[in-house]
Amino acid sequence: MANLKDLRNRITSVQSTQKITKAMKMVAAAKLRRAQESAEAARPYAERMEAVLSSLASSMVGAEGGPKLLAGTGSDQVQMVVVATSERGLCGGFNTNIVKAARIKIRALLAEGKTVKIVTVGKKGASALSREFGSITVKHFDMSHVKRLVFTDASPIGDYLIASYEAGEFDVCSLFFAKFQSALTQIVTDLQLIPATFDADNTADLGGASYDYEPDENEILEDLLPRNVAVQTFRALLENAASEQGSRMTAMDSATRNAGDMIDALRTTYNRTRQAVITNELIEIISGAEAL
Amino acid sequence: MADKLHFELVSPERLVLAQEADMVVVPGTEGDFAVLKDHAPTVSTLRAGILQVMDSEGGDAKLLIVGGFAEVSGEGLTVLAEETFALDGIDRASMEAELHDLEEDIRDAKSDNDRNIAAKAADRIKSIFDVLDKIAA
Repeated sequence: MANLKDLRNRITSVQSTQKITKAMKMVAAAKLRRAQESAEAARPYAERMEAVLSSLASSMVGAEGGPKLLAGTGSDQVQMVVVATSERGLCGGFNTNIVKAARIKIRALLAEGKTVKIVTVGKKGASALSREFGSITVKHFDMSHVKRLVFTDASPIGDYLIASYEAGEFDVCSLFFAKFQSALTQIVTDLQLIPATFDADNTADLGGASYDYEPDENEILEDLLPRNVAVQTFRALLENAASEQGSRMTAMDSATRNAGDMIDALRTTYNRTRQAVITNELIEIISGAEAL
Repeated sequence: MADKLHFELVSPERLVLAQEADMVVVPGTEGDFAVLKDHAPTVSTLRAGILQVMDSEGGDAKLLIVGGFAEVSGEGLTVLAEETFALDGIDRASMEAELHDLEEDIRDAKSDNDRNIAAKAADRIKSIFDVLDKIAA
């Protein structure tokens, strides 16, 4: 039977763990609210951009000599996979889920005989993928200095992707991140960045009006498509940030509850043990008195 | 004036301005253009420059914007700028330091790719300086 002092120590240790997880939960909740606000504030820009681009793009469909970012290289041999994860752990299944989805896709691509190149954003995904795919990881973006994500944090990733695409280093690029739905659910999403894809639903709202284009449509498209890559990346990172905090909040909440259960169980054992010790002593005293 | 133009300035991070204005002057790639109410629907890309909002009631505003595009539709004018700065809120010293770092990066870059990225970022800061110099002149 565990002795009383050990039990007391364990209770204090679980209690202090509970204090930490509780504090982390509160912090995550506050950060989640901020992250959600930023994600929401970024929406108008991305939506307008997508609307203009998709109406421009739909007028280009079938036309010869469209921008390469839209039309693709005509091949899908070399695949770039961008995996966006967080810089910190202790956020439940957040990183694991993204990495798992990415790993399945990468393995499938490799099995098809495609060449895969990996770009990682965030430390956690990088270390999880480096064991299996370290040799094909071409670039890592460190986000640890970022406190509050702004557009200029995301644009280097976009610039890098565009530059390597133009240098012919890959044909198709997809981005893995977790889309924020609620604090409880985050959906791991595989978004194709290059060549650009658009929702058909968003096209309609510009379709009717005839626009003057300055400079012409082709040049605008060529200017906007690279920007769109950065905007999409930025948006994905914002979603990711919100998802991370949501996931951490849920994880820390259940950890706090778990610690509470554990303390209850330990306390019961402690009390029982204490009672047993007292009873034992009494028996000893009584039998000692009887022997006299 | 009864008829006003609905104007929105959006950056990737947030909605910067949403107001009614008499006239807005937009720095397009092919030259500045002014937008009043009932302007013909237009889409134009932007260069780094000064966006000028004029309004007899709400007062005038001038903002430095970098990159993006403007869209004029039946509903009004929407400017999507990658970055926006209030004219008095620009910290030139820190930008110069950043430019200096980037120029070092360009020199030390190990691949063409890295060099291009740094050069692009440096061009962006230089374009901001160009605009500032023009105002000062």
